[in-house]
Amino acid sequence: MTFTQKHLLGIEPLHPIEIAAVLDLADTYVDLNRRSDKRSDTLAGLTQINMFFENSTRTQASFELAGKRLGADVMNMAMQASSIKKGETLIDTALTLNAMHPDLLVVRHPHSGAVNLLAEKVNCAVLNAGDGKHEHPTQALLDALTIRRAKGRLHRLNIAICGDIAHSRVARSNIILLGKMENRIRLVGPPTLMPVQIDQFGVEVYDDMAEGLKDVDVVMMLRLQRERMDGGFIPSEREYYHRYGLDAEKLAHAKDDAIVMHPGPMNRGVEIDGTIADDINRSVIQEQVEMGVAVRMAAMDLLARNLRASREEKGVMA
Amino acid sequence: MTLITNIRLIDPEAGTDTPGWLRIEGDTIAETGTGTPPAAKTVIDGRGKCLAPGIVDIGVKIGEPGDRHKESFRSAGRAAAAGGVTTIVTRPDTAPAIDTPEVLEFVTRRAREDTPVRIKPMAALTKGREGREMVEIGFLLDAGAVAFSDVDRVTENTKVLSRCMTYARSLGALIIAHPQDPGLSSGAAVTSGKFASLRGLPAVTPMAERMALDRDMALVEMTGVKYHADQITTARALPALERAKANGLDVTAGVSIHHLTLNEFDVGDYRTFFKFKPPLRSEDDRVALVQAVASGLIDVICSMHTPQDEESKRLPFEEAASGAVGLETLLPAALRLYHSGDLDLPTLFRALSLNPSRRLGLETGRLSAGAPADLVLFDPEAPFVMNRHELRSKSKNTPYDGARMQGKVLATFVSGRQVFGD
Repeated sequence: MTFTQKHLLGIEPLHPIEIAAVLDLADTYVDLNRRSDKRSDTLAGLTQINMFFENSTRTQASFELAGKRLGADVMNMAMQASSIKKGETLIDTALTLNAMHPDLLVVRHPHSGAVNLLAEKVNCAVLNAGDGKHEHPTQALLDALTIRRAKGRLHRLNIAICGDIAHSRVARSNIILLGKMENRIRLVGPPTLMPVQIDQFGVEVYDDMAEGLKDVDVVMMLRLQRERMDGGFIPSEREYYHRYGLDAEKLAHAKDDAIVMHPGPMNRGVEIDGTIADDINRSVIQEQVEMGVAVRMAAMDLLARNLRASREEKGVMA
Repeated sequence: MTLITNIRLIDPEAGTDTPGWLRIEGDTIAETGTGTPPAAKTVIDGRGKCLAPGIVDIGVKIGEPGDRHKESFRSAGRAAAAGGVTTIVTRPDTAPAIDTPEVLEFVTRRAREDTPVRIKPMAALTKGREGREMVEIGFLLDAGAVAFSDVDRVTENTKVLSRCMTYARSLGALIIAHPQDPGLSSGAAVTSGKFASLRGLPAVTPMAERMALDRDMALVEMTGVKYHADQITTARALPALERAKANGLDVTAGVSIHHLTLNEFDVGDYRTFFKFKPPLRSEDDRVALVQAVASGLIDVICSMHTPQDEESKRLPFEEAASGAVGLETLLPAALRLYHSGDLDLPTLFRALSLNPSRRLGLETGRLSAGAPADLVLFDPEAPFVMNRHELRSKSKNTPYDGARMQGKVLATFVSGRQVFGD
């Protein structure tokens, strides 16, 4: 068994071999998803609960679809509308759900570390669908798969991650993953949106797009959240677009075959020019969405295998 | 009359660690000596262990009034006696805040009824700790307040603070402040840097402490008030403190034992028992702080005893409450600095007992004849593994749970009376 994790809480605990195992399996699910009969019974009999303490349409849909294609029983819980409002603590919510014997728990939470806390209290496999500003492991894995398929490899690439690094869990997971796979990572953005001492993570930091994008193979744009746009972190939306928005002129500094990525949802005209986003020769944004489903299928498949194996060891399941 | 023989006398005033004996007469220390001890009615054999002045712990939170389920005077008193703490200096950040002579009277009455150790209360500096109007400093001094502090709420309005200081100066009252720039530190859970960036937690720059200390030093220079910084926790703040002392300002500073023995990486996988205010710092800071205690630049080591129930700690890190209990762990944790070779025992007790007593104008903290017989007899070597459920505090939130420690209290005396030990 090359993938030994009980949970997928972040990229940090993963070994490069485990990352490759997820991506290899995901490749096979890409093929399955392109067929007209997409059903598999890999997770048949297992219950998957999606707990989203923070709004999400895309990630939740992607996890739901991934679970359903593998034959799991999938339930969505909109946590913002439920017990948290009634004052129940995260731990109590976890214990309540645990009593219903779920097998896979997909959790998104606005606070860093909340998913780790929850994972300590339950008997099932937990997948982190984003916790605060900490990690978003399936996003990094789907980005890695997209890059690997577009570039033919996932090492020795020059990759620029641009925009609001400080508030981005996507950036953190990607920095860790792409670093583990031995790529050269550049972070490009205004210093107010750069985490403190991020240069100690083995990355190069730039505050100028032209310099930062010079000769890169991959340009990864990040979403700038609305609440950061007015005066607090950057002077204005239009100044941000002028200095950091990805347009043809800035992209020209990258390699001719550089690909453009974005985790979505995009703010066209803020961090990315609409024509670049839609350029089928450069943009792989739609592929990222496709890879998202496949990677989540692979991750849940691998975790379910480990879960079943550990239960068999304990003799809980026949 | 009690005689304690066969002991190492840890005298922070003389800076000595010598074998000898100590005689207690009533509630005071009658004499100490080396060589053959005099005859006495009650003789305690110290079996070669250490006897030092009892610890005076500035800044202990007790849940009365308001949070008695977290800590009462009874439980805190038992914990203190077991930890060798003979004087607890209580914090006014209760609910309601201790900001009137009437509330202070309630506290002193409860303390008298339920605790075997001395309780010296602090009072709030401003009404409701809201930073707007000063409390009745004069009445509160008369009622027994030993210092005035809004604890972790920084008085943002410098005009209010300067008036409080000017008024306190006229009465000779001591102000204890929490130097932390409120803007930079708002919402922070850890210290900014590599660890905070990796964990994605809201963070405060260590510079926030120096900025606030610089501001306070300017106000102290202006008003001439007696000032104590509750916790100095960063290397960057030390030169400002040194400058203020060199300029003759009446300034002292403390540090919590947690900042001397732990660093930011101890938070690890979001462990909320390691959440403090101010947050744990870098290892460079910790080392600089230990050196500052050794040199005497930092005067006082305290436990910053902050009881929190399980519910307020079993939360995502950002939402969890700050602080740890410390009355019982203060001495064994402090002895880590002795075992590491950083501080000798007299220096340690200068910061634990002598300096806090002096700063508050108390007679305790010394081993000389005539001083109150507040003493702790301890074995600095005895090893044990900390189990938080064995703590006497009602709350069990200690960062040292499961840690290997060395140093056990064998007996504690307050006013010549044994309050802990066989």
